[in-house]
Amino acid sequence: MPSHPKLAAEFIKDKDRAHWHDQSLWFVRSKRDKAVQQLPEWELLREQASKIKSYVVSHLPDLLEEFEKNAKAKGVHVHWARDAKEHNEIVHGILERHQVKRVVKSKSMLTEECHLNPYLERYGIEIVDTDLGEWIVQLQDKPPSHIVMPAIHIKKEEIGELFHEKLGTEKGATDPQYLTESARQRLRQKFIEADAGITGVNFAIAETGGFVVCTNEGNADLGTSLNKLHIACMGIEKLIPRANDLGVFLRLLARSATGQPITTYSSHFHGPAPEGELHIVLLDNGRSEIAGSDEFRRSLNCIRCGACMNTCPVYRRSGGYSYSNTVPGPIGSILGPAHDTKANASLPFACSLCGSCTDVCPVKIDLHHQLLTWRKQIRLKGLLPLSKRLSMKMLSWMMQAPRLYQFVGKTARRIVPYLPRFLVYNRFNAWGKQRELPDMPKQSFREWMKQNHDRK
Amino acid sequence: MTASRESILSTLRKHSVPETELPDLQLPELTQQWITYPDPSQQFSDMLASIKGLCLQVKDIEEVNQRLAELPVYQESNNICSLIPDCGQPTVNVNQITDPHDLENIDFAILPGEFCVAENGATWITNDGGPLRTLYFLSQHVALVVPASEVVPHMHAAYQRLSFENPSFGTFMAGPSKTADIEQSLVIGAHGARSLTVFLVEESF
Repeated sequence: MPSHPKLAAEFIKDKDRAHWHDQSLWFVRSKRDKAVQQLPEWELLREQASKIKSYVVSHLPDLLEEFEKNAKAKGVHVHWARDAKEHNEIVHGILERHQVKRVVKSKSMLTEECHLNPYLERYGIEIVDTDLGEWIVQLQDKPPSHIVMPAIHIKKEEIGELFHEKLGTEKGATDPQYLTESARQRLRQKFIEADAGITGVNFAIAETGGFVVCTNEGNADLGTSLNKLHIACMGIEKLIPRANDLGVFLRLLARSATGQPITTYSSHFHGPAPEGELHIVLLDNGRSEIAGSDEFRRSLNCIRCGACMNTCPVYRRSGGYSYSNTVPGPIGSILGPAHDTKANASLPFACSLCGSCTDVCPVKIDLHHQLLTWRKQIRLKGLLPLSKRLSMKMLSWMMQAPRLYQFVGKTARRIVPYLPRFLVYNRFNAWGKQRELPDMPKQSFREWMKQNHDRK
Repeated sequence: MTASRESILSTLRKHSVPETELPDLQLPELTQQWITYPDPSQQFSDMLASIKGLCLQVKDIEEVNQRLAELPVYQESNNICSLIPDCGQPTVNVNQITDPHDLENIDFAILPGEFCVAENGATWITNDGGPLRTLYFLSQHVALVVPASEVVPHMHAAYQRLSFENPSFGTFMAGPSKTADIEQSLVIGAHGARSLTVFLVEESF
């Protein structure tokens, strides 16, 4: 898999687009701040959310059993999947038993993680992503670039072109109102024709055996209320112990994600509709291993609000695709290596350790600390690229030899200002890409100290 | 499948995860910190307006009918249904409907809401999960009729009122359906209702 710097370099080639992307996400981050400032108890809520989620991870097997028992008591079919393959087989099996040909799906990063769409398509099942952003990327045959705003990287001109080609909308149309209305009309047909609805799960409640799905568009509710068959797919970490805990989480989720006080629809499903069938697929896919890691356990607190991406200076400037992981950004750079360290070895380095993600995280995941820990682990596993290994080794050697250090510093201060550009700004100097290095100081700090203080 | 269940549970059980405590959300130290509003109905109304919905505080069902008649989207609607007795001028009787697909052409639905939440402009609705559940989502425009006394300050108070002992469906509806998936431009009317009006009715109905 191409590394993050390589893919990011592609993205930033188009300077205007990179700037526009950065600004779009910062706009969302600013909306979050405004919403958060309206609640004096915000920090208290974050603390409770973090404690509840830590409790969940430390009691996961018991809570899963409790959830299963209570869900079954309400007439829900509960399935367990160890990995993506098993998850897809289960979903396909249910659809096959009901002879389903057309499925509408509301946003679910978990089914993206499992690549459910291509799997079902192989069996001749039509599956339509009904979240507008996710549908746009589905029409492009691409994955989402953001977990909450899947098409945040695409310009309206491109969407207009795509809709013209796929839906026959007017050529050159770029008005979001017009484009959204066209999508509404087309997807309404898909909702009406569908035989089954698939949704993700935002929170599943152990105490009641129910679950909550949050959307702004109403697509999850249309897809499930029009159909007798509802399949909900969730990661095992989505559990919360009690229904009352939702008070905490629903206050945090939308404010963190988009700055809304709550999503437009927060739907609570407890048991199937009369004459309907409700299935829940519980997916592990590496989560149980993360639960066993003292360093990374807290990453399972994640409620997928996307706030860490919106604030991340690297994500904003490099785009979701540069991570080549289902979940991009800071949280994706922790979950990615946990799933496949080698393939995602460059992700924890796509970070300036500024800590902004940790500051905004509604469930208080220590994101930047975990990213630093991943760097160490990647070094220990021998997965650092040669360029990093070599430069680190040289630096460490020099730092341990004070005389050498002084000599190199002194020489550099004298020589560098007179060097031709190509010797300073070249492919070996990553710090000199897209930026000018600061001017060399006249003297080192040590020299300055000697001159001004040591004499006294 | 049972093999997967056992394997997931046993993987989880083999880890020694430090025990942590579940916070008691009823503790006064916490509950005293939750935000309150001098006029919860007004706060609800303001919040709903901020998320592009409309709240109308009225005396009785008669006034609901007057205010409905003034709404342009109501005037323009042909297929109107109502689940509130004597409310609106329904043109479609939905009580006999067994297939939710038959509700495809409803323009305006007048439906019951249970209570409202001041902090975020949301209204809790429930439904037995029958075909009429889809009215809340498939109708072009939705009006919810809620007793004015039923406004709680925040989500914690909301969950104090809810229990999920039996199979049920319920949702917090906060404003009309919306999306900002195209260049962060807010568009009202994504897949669900294009408009949401909440009537807070003083007298019982």
